[in-house]
Amino acid sequence: MPDDIVPTTTAPKPAPLDKKAYKSDQEVRWCPGCGDYSILNAVQQLLATLGVPRHQLCFVSGIGCSSRFPYYMNTYGLHSIHGRAPAFATSIKTANPDLQVWLATGDGDGLSIGGNHMLHMLRRNVDVKVLLFNNQIYGLTKGQYSPTSPPGLKTKTSPMGSVDRAVDPIRFALGCGATFIARTIDTHQKHMLAVLEAAAKHKGTAFVEIFQNCVIFNDGCFDDVIERSVRDDKTVDLVPGKPLVFGKQLDKGVKIDAAEARVVTAAEATPWDPSTRSAAGAFVLSEMAEQPGNPTPIGIFRSISAPTFDEGMNKQVQTAIAKRGAGKLKDLLWTGDMWDVK
Amino acid sequence: MAQSTSELPLQLIDSVVIRFAGDSGDGMQITGSQFTHTAALFGNDLATFPDFPAEIRAPAGTQPGVSGFQIRFAASDIHTPGDAPDVLVAMNPAALAVNIKDLKPGGTVVVNTGQFGDADLAKAKLTSNPLKDHSLDAYRVIEVDINKRVIEALQGSTLSPKEVQRCKNFYTLGLMYWLYNRDLEPTLKWLSEKFAKEPAMVEANQKALRAGYNAGDIHELFQGRYEVPRCEVLPAGTYRNIMGNQAVSLGLIAGAELAGLKIFIGSYPITPASPILETLASYKHFGVLSMQAEDEIAAVCAAIGASYAGHLGVTSTSGPGLALKQEGIGLAIAIELPLVIVDVQRGGPSTGLPTKTEQADLLQAVFGRNSEAWLPVVACATPSDAFECAVEACRIAVQYMTPVILLSDGYIANGSEPWRLPKIEDLKPFPASFRTELENFLPYDRNADLARPWVKPGTPGLEHRVGGLEKAHLTGHISYDAENHEFMVNMRAAKVMKVRDSIPTPQVHGPQKGKVLILGWGSTYGSIWGAQEKLAEEGLEVARMHLRHVWPLPHGLAEIFARYETVLVPEMNLGQLVRLLRSELPGVNFQSYPKVQGQPFRVHELTAKVKQLLGR
Repeated sequence: MPDDIVPTTTAPKPAPLDKKAYKSDQEVRWCPGCGDYSILNAVQQLLATLGVPRHQLCFVSGIGCSSRFPYYMNTYGLHSIHGRAPAFATSIKTANPDLQVWLATGDGDGLSIGGNHMLHMLRRNVDVKVLLFNNQIYGLTKGQYSPTSPPGLKTKTSPMGSVDRAVDPIRFALGCGATFIARTIDTHQKHMLAVLEAAAKHKGTAFVEIFQNCVIFNDGCFDDVIERSVRDDKTVDLVPGKPLVFGKQLDKGVKIDAAEARVVTAAEATPWDPSTRSAAGAFVLSEMAEQPGNPTPIGIFRSISAPTFDEGMNKQVQTAIAKRGAGKLKDLLWTGDMWDVK
Repeated sequence: MAQSTSELPLQLIDSVVIRFAGDSGDGMQITGSQFTHTAALFGNDLATFPDFPAEIRAPAGTQPGVSGFQIRFAASDIHTPGDAPDVLVAMNPAALAVNIKDLKPGGTVVVNTGQFGDADLAKAKLTSNPLKDHSLDAYRVIEVDINKRVIEALQGSTLSPKEVQRCKNFYTLGLMYWLYNRDLEPTLKWLSEKFAKEPAMVEANQKALRAGYNAGDIHELFQGRYEVPRCEVLPAGTYRNIMGNQAVSLGLIAGAELAGLKIFIGSYPITPASPILETLASYKHFGVLSMQAEDEIAAVCAAIGASYAGHLGVTSTSGPGLALKQEGIGLAIAIELPLVIVDVQRGGPSTGLPTKTEQADLLQAVFGRNSEAWLPVVACATPSDAFECAVEACRIAVQYMTPVILLSDGYIANGSEPWRLPKIEDLKPFPASFRTELENFLPYDRNADLARPWVKPGTPGLEHRVGGLEKAHLTGHISYDAENHEFMVNMRAAKVMKVRDSIPTPQVHGPQKGKVLILGWGSTYGSIWGAQEKLAEEGLEVARMHLRHVWPLPHGLAEIFARYETVLVPEMNLGQLVRLLRSELPGVNFQSYPKVQGQPFRVHELTAKVKQLLGR
């Protein structure tokens, strides 16, 4: 039996690769115009830039449109069952720590049927990068309301409007104690690349909510915020170390004042630090868009350092071996109080 | 240490059944397991049957709160914990009321009279005192005020009065040790290790144990003492006592070692399976990664993810948990990865009888998933057999790249027996091989066993995707093709049936043809063997056979069954194996004998049934 518990192979030195190298030979079967394409493109671009070797990547998903993602990546991939991808990703990273593990999920997969698993992966801080495609609708089952759909949304299963209150993915992740929380937009490649790069470099669970447009069942649901002509005035980018300024002219700012985030002039804007001990600032920002007229925060809400589950698990194995010696079959069985029969 | 100086005669007897019964808080499980431990070290054959309520502490003194531990220890080779106790130890009226009906006629009942006040009788819902109303006239009653004796024995102790009363069980154990001329040393040693950090507790319990022992001499409670000699008829070898859950755990570690793999166990606590997760968590120096998952579903999914990543994924559960895991198991069947699912069955449906035994998950194990989702099912027969079965489950999982369900049950899980330790060199390795060659790699290619290649993610050049969508033969690409689907459904089923080529036809014990063959699976093993022996003593020779592999069924059964007029199938369910057998082997006269009481079969129940079949 090999003595090394943690694989010790070292990653070949990253070298920028061609984006095309990450495309699998499978035909992409999302609807024309779907926001998923741009996310796939950004991820492939990012991995090429970072030069992560294909064999050290593993994409895990659950069920839904977003969860077809692994099939389109020329890496290792596991398309699992509805909602449970976090459980698979947790053990894949723990049992095979050299892998960089990504998880593609949606608002239904990740926050409805899989909400429990998402909670526990976030609190455990497993080193997994989460892409949560939020389109506020069930796409693959053809247009039922989701846990992020706004109340009142009329769908096939809510002909009189949904009575459910919506869950906010950012606040959910904050509540779970996630160590990296960000939001980006499918149509904003530059922003998405920057956010995904920060996620890729984060050690621990990196949770990225992506506003993703479903052209068939919920077309334009984010348009009042993300449409190019209004985007600069309707969003505020949370950039670590930078003041919270926004607007076409960068003349407006956001000031976090006790339990409230207010729009102020750029000069008065709060400098943003997502690594403070308290998550209160991030929480206040996550709620601000509910006030009419306020911008929607995108960017990095939270980025703190904490021990990861996968390392902790493997460390315990190493500690046990150091203390007790690597287990031998004979000692496993032939132990305790024994007696002989002749 | 020196044994008693008693002048009472020591009578040799072959086998004794003792049942310790008391309140859930009386420490009866510890008392029973200590008696077991001592008997094992002495070299008796033994079988145990702990029987306790699901509540941790039901209201004190009530009948639902009664906890029992039955042990049979013997000089001969025995197979069950015994139908009826020879001795009942009753720590309170409730324990007496619940258990007295099981005591052998003329048996001995040791009663703690210190717990027989009016209030105690009322808590047990007894309207009259059994010690006074002649309801115990058929038994030999030994009255001891254990409450008072413990106080006397522990005079001057720094323990509180409540803590002093907690030593009652060791006083009682001491008394039983005297009666059966047992060595106190193993328990004295155990106490000093168990309470190493609390010297006052060690001292008090040791004192109580000695006081109980000495009371046998001083108070002349009994008319004689008994000795159950060492059992010399067991097969030669080195033995240790083992409980079923422990044996499963050791078997899983051994199985993984024999496969050259590390275990990842993802489990969620559930009675009576939790000790498997607890045990594996304590073997991290064997490279075991143990994860207490957030629920049963996450547990199985994490186990599958670990197998995907190159470990041996394991999950342990009981019936309700297995139901939750079934969708995940279906994925493991589709992506064809090794996985061992241990189901320690308990009474159902729903929450049912969590601490009681049953065999009613067989059909759930074989058929419990959506669509055609076949997998092999292995069933343990006894606590020690659970070791071999766990190794076997690992072998099948790795060799055939398939999930395997290992069925145990509450009776096996908590029961114990001597285990003849296997020689390490006799354990045959079945090394897993990970594909690394790039040439002609196809993720759904198959070897002679129809198993597909296992590729550890991280292997350069073999990047590929797997998932729950139907896959094209060989390439593993998503395929909605009608013919391919049917081909793959058949292929997966054929692979499971192929397991038959690697398993033996079970042996028939007894006459090779005749009127009755008793066919068992799982924990009915000991009762069936006991019944066969009992019948033989009465001149009735019947055959028995036991199935370890319940799916797929081994080769050669039809030919064997054809030699008997009747194949009797006792099961702790409504006849689940019989349903399988009738569909697979039509034309055989199978007789179902169901018992669904949360209790194992008694030998006399089986002998009565066989006699009925034989017209005797």
